[in-house]
Amino acid sequence: MIEVVNLTKSFGDLLVLDNITETIREGERVAIIGPSGSGKSTFLRCLNCMEDPTSGSVLFEGVDLTDMKVDINLHRQNIGMVFQQFNLFNNKTVLDNITLAPIVTKRMTKEEAEAKAHDLLKRIGLDEWANAYPSTLSGGQKQRVAIVRALAMNPKVILFDEPTSALDPEMVGEVLELIRQLADEGMTMVIVTHEMGFAREVASRVLFMADGHIMEQGTPAEVFGNPQCDRLKDFLGKVL
Amino acid sequence: MDNLLYKWQLFWHEFAENGAWKRVLGEGLVNTLMIAVIGLLMGIVIGTLIASVRVMPKYKLLPRILDKICGVYVGFFRGTPIVVQLLIAYYVLFPLCGISIGSLNTCILVFGLNSGAYVSEIMRSGIQSVDIGQMEAGRALGMSFASTMMRIVVPQAVKNILPTLGNELIALVKETSVVSFVAAVDIYKTFTDIGNVRYEYLMPYLFMAIIYIVLVAIISLGVKLLERSLRKSDRSR
Repeated sequence: MIEVVNLTKSFGDLLVLDNITETIREGERVAIIGPSGSGKSTFLRCLNCMEDPTSGSVLFEGVDLTDMKVDINLHRQNIGMVFQQFNLFNNKTVLDNITLAPIVTKRMTKEEAEAKAHDLLKRIGLDEWANAYPSTLSGGQKQRVAIVRALAMNPKVILFDEPTSALDPEMVGEVLELIRQLADEGMTMVIVTHEMGFAREVASRVLFMADGHIMEQGTPAEVFGNPQCDRLKDFLGKVL
Repeated sequence: MDNLLYKWQLFWHEFAENGAWKRVLGEGLVNTLMIAVIGLLMGIVIGTLIASVRVMPKYKLLPRILDKICGVYVGFFRGTPIVVQLLIAYYVLFPLCGISIGSLNTCILVFGLNSGAYVSEIMRSGIQSVDIGQMEAGRALGMSFASTMMRIVVPQAVKNILPTLGNELIALVKETSVVSFVAAVDIYKTFTDIGNVRYEYLMPYLFMAIIYIVLVAIISLGVKLLERSLRKSDRSR
């Protein structure tokens, strides 16, 4: 579904991603783990060109997203993204947050989008908050709204950028539960996370990144149960 | 003291009894407010467009060209006094182009263009004060830069820069006092004409100053109230 070919990204002199080639197939649930500063988030943000790669290409369903002639907006509509800081639109109600993009991009009429939004809000038990503004919600509620906002576009894949890192500990569970449900429904997803237990349980494949490289990868059992390289052993020793 | 009283009587006779107040309010004040308010509204539209161009990602050629044009525009309007801009528009540019829209319309247009340059800088700082995540969230959902800007970022930016926009309106109101350079009638012109009746300017200009002060005080109060009501909606949500 997403093919990354020779992806390199540097910020000025700082090389963040060093010639990465990787493929994410439909139905996969890929967890990306690694120490901070290893390039996990940057890699994820390159998948929908939130960061423009310095060189290399990112193919989504065969289309090179790094090509300037490609209408990136059209393809991003199929790639959902959930941010660490939620990034709900502060000036819009919960309902408008969810319906805005489907309406603006003409994927749905206003009525369709609102019906869908109410369905999604009922699913996460927040339908009575439809007309509230984001600032009245708790962190966990915000992130769950952000996730259904991404879902409202019926994306083919969802990218999660440390979705629980900005949450109070007691709210992590409700967000992970929702992501787990999506995983069970077969949604393709790429998750950058520090929740090792969650990665182990939900992911179909785990990538370990360090220093801008994917140092090691495999099933959760392989990566967590039988780590090969020293960096991964060292990392797991610190976080587990 | 007697002299001052006499001057006051002269002024009041002309202002109240001879009906000069009708021209002060009906023509001077109305024109001053019209130039300042319509100018500011034009300025907000132009300024928002310029600010949007200036914060646009510059990967492609078109945004880079637009950015240069906006740079020159802002440079010109901030680099020359508004009197100069009025004179050039009214006596040079429009006659050369064969355009004749009258002095009042010329003033409104020039004040709008001038204000656009200043508001663009105000708006840019407002846009940059909005968390970058708001733009990223919109773009990640597949909305265009322009669409995200207008629906998400600018509404939040405007709230942040409201006090500064109030200052801009106050500045515009006071700057209108130069429009008589191109034969437009504003508050200043109407009071000068009152003075011209007896070549006695002390009281007319004093009274004019008071009118400007009251006008500015009213605008400040309005901005403060607007700000407070916006803050209230902030708290309640």
